[in-house]
Amino acid sequence: MSGFHIVVCGSIVPDPLQTLEPMQGPTGWALKNEMMLPAVLDPWAGHALYEAANLAANVPNSKVWLVSLGPKAKLQQVMMSVAQKAPFDLVVLDGPAGGFTEAFETAQALAGAIEGIDGLDKSKLLLFGGWQSASRGASATLQIVGELLGITDQFQGVDKITPEGDGFTVLERIEGGAYLESSCAGAPAVLGWATGSLPEPPNNPQIGMQNMQKNMPAIQRAPATAVAAEGVDFKSVELPKQVRETRIVKDTPAQDIAKELVDWIRG
Amino acid sequence: METLLYLAHTEADGSLSKTALEALGAAASLASDLGAGFSVGLIGEDVTQAANAIGGCGAEKFFAVSGPDFGQSRYSTDTAAAVALIQAASATLVLAPATSRLARSLPGAAQRAGGRADTQVTALAVDSGSVVATRWYYRQRMFSNMTRSQRPWVITLSPGCFPAWEGEAGSPSVEAVSADAATNTTVKGVLAPSADEQTIRPDAEMLFVAGAGWTKKQADGQTNVGGAEKLILGFLDQAKASLGSSKSLVDLGGEGQEVLSFLSHLHQVGQTGSTPRHAKGLATCCHGEEPHVVGWRFITERRAVNLDEGCGWAQGKADVLYVADAFEVMTKVNELLGS
Repeated sequence: MSGFHIVVCGSIVPDPLQTLEPMQGPTGWALKNEMMLPAVLDPWAGHALYEAANLAANVPNSKVWLVSLGPKAKLQQVMMSVAQKAPFDLVVLDGPAGGFTEAFETAQALAGAIEGIDGLDKSKLLLFGGWQSASRGASATLQIVGELLGITDQFQGVDKITPEGDGFTVLERIEGGAYLESSCAGAPAVLGWATGSLPEPPNNPQIGMQNMQKNMPAIQRAPATAVAAEGVDFKSVELPKQVRETRIVKDTPAQDIAKELVDWIRG
Repeated sequence: METLLYLAHTEADGSLSKTALEALGAAASLASDLGAGFSVGLIGEDVTQAANAIGGCGAEKFFAVSGPDFGQSRYSTDTAAAVALIQAASATLVLAPATSRLARSLPGAAQRAGGRADTQVTALAVDSGSVVATRWYYRQRMFSNMTRSQRPWVITLSPGCFPAWEGEAGSPSVEAVSADAATNTTVKGVLAPSADEQTIRPDAEMLFVAGAGWTKKQADGQTNVGGAEKLILGFLDQAKASLGSSKSLVDLGGEGQEVLSFLSHLHQVGQTGSTPRHAKGLATCCHGEEPHVVGWRFITERRAVNLDEGCGWAQGKADVLYVADAFEVMTKVNELLGS
């Protein structure tokens, strides 16, 4: 086993507990107060990062990079916490991370950044990321990055990878709560992660210090990267009508509630 | 004028899935709205059965990439097949079901064909001759109506959003298209729970969502996880419902707490879970708000049972909130369903 060079693509999204509202900005659709919203690492990209760190820890001569496209000020905030979870080298592109940018343009920027990583051996490359973002939700960016890098073995909805020789076995989510099990002869490959099989690692301040010492310069020198949605015409962006008239049933015997529910279920 | 291609793959038994027939219904309808014809492109080991089953769909041409290499779900072969079909049909607009197989491969195929992909589209319309697609952003919190200029434009259609095509079978002439089958990936098989252990049923009428409250201390000061398991599995069995869970309940396992033994991340609905589509949804012991609403976006009728009348998830989100002990209610529900 010669080791894997694992590049994780992952950016930031608004904290899922925030209320989000679309608005038409000077450069197109965005979120109201987008730059003020607290951000977190995109959840599925987070799982990809933790799985990458675990894989690298278990396969000698492996290394992890995190490539992130987002506003660098917000990335810096988020990385203060993410850096405590796992060791990685950070590559930052300073640009928009919102949902109304185009997967293709994002992929182009990410592929260019990956091509420019010093010491990256593409014959050992495992390209990790979330199987979809919590912003655009395109489930397309990783595939396009893979195509741009010439990688034709790709897996999506991954929950588990098991190294085998120079290759690996992988479990992908498919319909009906089942998994597709495949083996891949070796790198390079693309793996878009679902939740994986590992819990979120606890914070490790020592790893955090080491990460931030080497990664702060990467954030500071992040190149400005233009990403938009050329060719896309958003006719409208709307919030769904959410409020329902909720009928409250209380102080009612369980038997009566059950009967009403069963009538509804059978109805 | 658009040149429309409906693209699908066969299932293991050679048929087309319900999701595939929904996409065919959408393709036929859109072609009619555009005043255009459409072609069919099929991928599979042997597509004869599938092509015949939809022989009366009105397609002008049928194309297929077939053979043993294309009978299995695999990015490299599926992407090569899709590109070959797009090119054979000279398609400018491609509609396909968002099955796991095509969701994985079509974005790459669009890229390779020089086009763009938009995924998980939930509605289609024609406005002034242009196709307008509806898709959701920020985990189903908002939606856009959008169109794009790049071609070919590959669109995958979410399950449960379009009426499935129904019509006469036939025996269309299918033009064979060749595609590169080179790959480093070997499909070993499908790992699926046995039928009696299956709790995720995408085609079920009802989604039953279990929240973390099932594992909390009850009125007697004790937890009753075993009782909760029995009640939930009993209900799923009798109602033939699909099971979902909140993230907090799934995560309890990673925190060392006693959890429902049959739950995994695959059951999770919401922010980092699925957004299933079912006609009815019954939530029990759930107390989150926005993340649960996200998971329930496409549930038509929603009812909830929990002890908190002011539950932020239920208020304004559910049609009916029963303020009651879910253990007691579900015990009675199971008795009535079994009688």
